[in-house]
Amino acid sequence: MNRDDFPLLKEDIIYFDNGATSLKPKCVIDKMNDYYTNYPANTHRGDYDLSFKVDQEYEEARELVRDFIHAKYLEEIVFTSGTTESLNMIVNGFFANLLEANDEVLITSSEHASNILPWFRLARKMGIKINYIPLDSNYYVTLDHIKKALTANTKVISIAGITNVIGDIRPIKQICKLAHENNIFVVLDGAQMVPHLPIDVLNLDVDFLAFSAHKMCGPTGVGVLYGKKELLEHLEPIVLGGGMNESFDNPSEVILSELPTRLEAGTRNIAGVIGFGEAIKYLNKIGMDNIYKYELELRKYLIDKLLPLKHIDIINIESDSGIVTFNVANVFSQDVAYYLNKYNICVRAGNHCAKILKSSVGVNNTVRVSLYFYNTFEEIDSLVELLSDYDKIVKEMI
Amino acid sequence: MDKEQSREIIMENYLHPQNRDLPHDGYDAINTRNESCIDNINLYIKWNEDILEDIVFDGEACAVSISSTSIMIKNLIGKKAKEALEYIKEFYHMTNGDDFNQELLGDACCYLEVSKQGNRKVCANLPLKGIEKAILEKIK
Ligand SMILES: Cc1ncc(COP(=O)(O)O)c(C=O)c1O
Repeated sequence: MNRDDFPLLKEDIIYFDNGATSLKPKCVIDKMNDYYTNYPANTHRGDYDLSFKVDQEYEEARELVRDFIHAKYLEEIVFTSGTTESLNMIVNGFFANLLEANDEVLITSSEHASNILPWFRLARKMGIKINYIPLDSNYYVTLDHIKKALTANTKVISIAGITNVIGDIRPIKQICKLAHENNIFVVLDGAQMVPHLPIDVLNLDVDFLAFSAHKMCGPTGVGVLYGKKELLEHLEPIVLGGGMNESFDNPSEVILSELPTRLEAGTRNIAGVIGFGEAIKYLNKIGMDNIYKYELELRKYLIDKLLPLKHIDIINIESDSGIVTFNVANVFSQDVAYYLNKYNICVRAGNHCAKILKSSVGVNNTVRVSLYFYNTFEEIDSLVELLSDYDKIVKEMI
Repeated sequence: MDKEQSREIIMENYLHPQNRDLPHDGYDAINTRNESCIDNINLYIKWNEDILEDIVFDGEACAVSISSTSIMIKNLIGKKAKEALEYIKEFYHMTNGDDFNQELLGDACCYLEVSKQGNRKVCANLPLKGIEKAILEKIK
């Protein structure tokens, strides 16, 4: 779909690493160039036309994000540098002030490092406990397993909507319901979810959501922190500085701005935010429903073609997203990636930042194909053709 | 050394690496891994004074890293610390694309072409980085 919009796709290249980051359509690149070229002023600063236009565009991007995730209030949308920063703000700005020693946080072994390491530090510093929701035989999270992992001390469930290795979709709405019945907060790492399917934070009822622009046709260095307004009000800014204060006559009399500005100190990635707004408009035009449906078709096509190949071990045959993870018998994942690279096919090898998954899946490293709407059935044919010939893989991997 | 010969040496050392074994008593352990943490190799070194008497390894890594570890082990066992450092330096010269001493490196010259591809250089250098660290530690 929409391949003509991506300058890179005119080249002889097959890009299957969308889980790492997506390609950028020309309209997003143009939008950012337009900012840098024609109105490169700062936000909230000047009483002149250029700066006024910046504010308009910047705040329009916020409204586009709000509408995209169906949040209730504009103030609930904070621009950050990405999922990682958003998660760190949630953990260190909100939960560090709320949790007490022996409170428990539930995560899973397939979380991304960005949803583990901030919690680990809190565990070291404050003595909270990190517990793991056991995964089922497909590496899925089920409500039953969560129920078993709950204790009277559980205060937070912090999980990815879609994991970056297995690609399973977690039943977030049911998880939120169960959590809220037990006075537990839910933090949703949406890095792999928001780019691929329609999302409605009100319907899901999540307390916090983090995601990145760069995985959804937007620029790098921009992300979103969404939080329910009444919670976000209590999120303490970690970064202090220009733009987030009303007045500061002396140390005891600092008055901070309202949300969301209070959480956006310093000059932001203005071009990035404006470009992100354009990316959302672009995705809306295609339709998130269409994107999701098409990715599932691509996935099914790929799985059906890989299944007969005896030397391919698919880790996640069952999964409802565009992520397919596999190994080639007796060939190290990185060698597979190098082999495919010789034919201009980009895939990712390694542990995909989900380092503790090893204990669950039992393999350290995998090859990952992560699809997006601009991938095609023909591209999958090319990939499968190269993977079909085991001798060729072994011969050409170095 | 032509491309096909290089490939054969690499594959032979990947499929049948020298001294891939568990550590024994009296060996110093050193871990070496690359930035993305895919290649992860443990080296175990037995010293006799300043001579590398024995080296074994275990771990998980790509064909280039494993074979390079194997070849390095073959070529360094029996060398004095200083000689080993000389060898390592020449290896880096080769993978950096600089002039290097072909005679000294022997079959390790098989990485000349491979190390020009993407970050395969990092994979080829990986075991040498590990042993270099261990040697520098030893003669400190
Ligand atoms: C599930 C998940 N969470 C978090 C992240 C981190 O995103 P970013 O690097 O954009 O902060 C990623 C990115 O790979 C991810 O896949």
